[in-house]
Amino acid sequence: MLKYIGKRFLWMIPVLLGISFILFSIMELSPGDPARMMLGDYASQADVEALRKEMGLNDPFFIRYGNYVNNILHGDFGMSYQTKKNCAEEIINRFPATLKIAGLATLIAASIGIPIGIVSAVRQYSVLDVVSVSAAMIFTSIPGFWLGLMLILLFTLKLGLLPSVGSESWKNFIMPALSMAAMFTATLTRMTRSTMLEVIRQDYIRTAKAKGATQMQIVFKHALRNTMLPVVTIMGIDFSNLLGGALIIENVFGISGLGTLMVDSVKSKDTPMLVASVLFASSVGGLVTLLVDVLYTYIDPRVRMQYIKPSK
Amino acid sequence: MDADKITKNGPAKVKKRSQLSSIWRQFKKNKLALLGLSVFATLVLVAVFSPLFINYDTDVIQQNNKIRLQAPSGTHLFGTDQYGRDVFSRIVWGTRISLFVGAFTVSIAFSVGGTVGALAGYFGGKWDNILMRVMDIFLAMPGTILAVAIVGALGPGLFNILLAMSICRIPQFARIVRSAVLSIRGLEYIEAAKACGTKTPRILWRHVLPNAVGPIVVQCTLHMATTILGVAGLSFIGLGIQAPLPEWGSMLSEAKEQMRYNPYLMVFPGVSIMVSVLSLNMIGDGLRDALDPRLKN
Repeated sequence: MLKYIGKRFLWMIPVLLGISFILFSIMELSPGDPARMMLGDYASQADVEALRKEMGLNDPFFIRYGNYVNNILHGDFGMSYQTKKNCAEEIINRFPATLKIAGLATLIAASIGIPIGIVSAVRQYSVLDVVSVSAAMIFTSIPGFWLGLMLILLFTLKLGLLPSVGSESWKNFIMPALSMAAMFTATLTRMTRSTMLEVIRQDYIRTAKAKGATQMQIVFKHALRNTMLPVVTIMGIDFSNLLGGALIIENVFGISGLGTLMVDSVKSKDTPMLVASVLFASSVGGLVTLLVDVLYTYIDPRVRMQYIKPSK
Repeated sequence: MDADKITKNGPAKVKKRSQLSSIWRQFKKNKLALLGLSVFATLVLVAVFSPLFINYDTDVIQQNNKIRLQAPSGTHLFGTDQYGRDVFSRIVWGTRISLFVGAFTVSIAFSVGGTVGALAGYFGGKWDNILMRVMDIFLAMPGTILAVAIVGALGPGLFNILLAMSICRIPQFARIVRSAVLSIRGLEYIEAAKACGTKTPRILWRHVLPNAVGPIVVQCTLHMATTILGVAGLSFIGLGIQAPLPEWGSMLSEAKEQMRYNPYLMVFPGVSIMVSVLSLNMIGDGLRDALDPRLKN
């Protein structure tokens, strides 16, 4: 097991290197001069040249990339071209907002999606099942940012209950979390329902029924744990995606999280900021997925068995 | 006699047709899927024939200050926007853009990603490892940031959006096709084709691909849906299709400025995105159920 975790950690190194290389080349090889953008349109060409030299922008591409990676390996994520702030600090400042929304959205999705999925599988073809399946279908098709706009329309402009922009109080996080949770809840409901449907057709469920176990016992003792594996997978993937910053929803609500940071750095050609924030988001995402995989071994003994070497 | 001749003359062809019709028979039973198909077909018809009824220059992009911000009425079914343009015409024209972007992206991503995945899955070994690890790197980036970076670097615009969205979807198709090919690679008829001396590209194209087509088609419809959503999102934050082209996402971002006093402007583009995505999702789901042999009994 430890060996497996170690391997996964090692594999993250080439992935992160690859990501930094892809983004670095996209940003640096495309037209646009960061030195010119920093100094503004009225700066003299000589000043721009001097700054380019100072920033090392005149070096060949591979040398610049090499220097960049070298700095990262020494713990220096560079300075933002745009704000001149330390990238690592800026990311740490921005991350809590993203984390709060993502956490809240996951909580909403899990507490609504999983129970509805279970009930709708157990009572297949009932009114509740039909309603929840159709609702899930519709919610997977609604663009999150549009739902966000509609929520603003209702809760801010019509009812005046919730603030529409900023990230000062907990009230600011309700609508963004809801708009993110909508699609997440829908996928979770569908996943729980379809896995549950498969599980309750298994022989061991029939055996449990034959033994005279009650419906509640069957669902909670025999079926639920077997259903959780794919459900937890989806939750892990979606949660780590949300941590990567919901670029567009954060934009709608003017939340200064990772997503808006990434979009702003793309718009202002801020290579160090973009690469650092994506590297951060990807490593956090990678860690969450790894954590989920480790979690499996506690949920499902069959997975645990795979890591134990068969004795010869 | 080589393996292909057998396929051409004999039972294989008959079977292929019956497989298709059995899928259709399953698909027909699903009311939601049929509804999705008919909605989508209508959207395609609208997209194809709208130039016959709507003039792009006068109806879609021409600004007219005299009729700014009129609420929906008989003459302007969905009202007019802050530039006095008819929202209905713009929504209809937007169908052309969204469906085109969706279909184009999926076809490019499928051709490139599919080739990579098929080669990786079929040959296995070292190449499989290298190709799929490269794809993993792309997949490890959060959500749409790659598309955002590409569009940010190249500048917004229809072509760049197509390029960015296609690149983003390539790894996903590579994975799907690879796993489909992997499950087929070891089957007897592939071995038989090899034994007959059929060349590899031909085996892949004539024997592997047709049998892997089910899951791939399902993924194509679902990816087309997510692409439409993604493009709308990018356009919404100003990194997608640019004004005056009436893309639904960019219409929403224009409508956002007016949301306090003219909220109706925000309703129609959103509903259009939802309806087109919903219809594709319904088709995808229906196809998946129809293709799943476990559900046939």
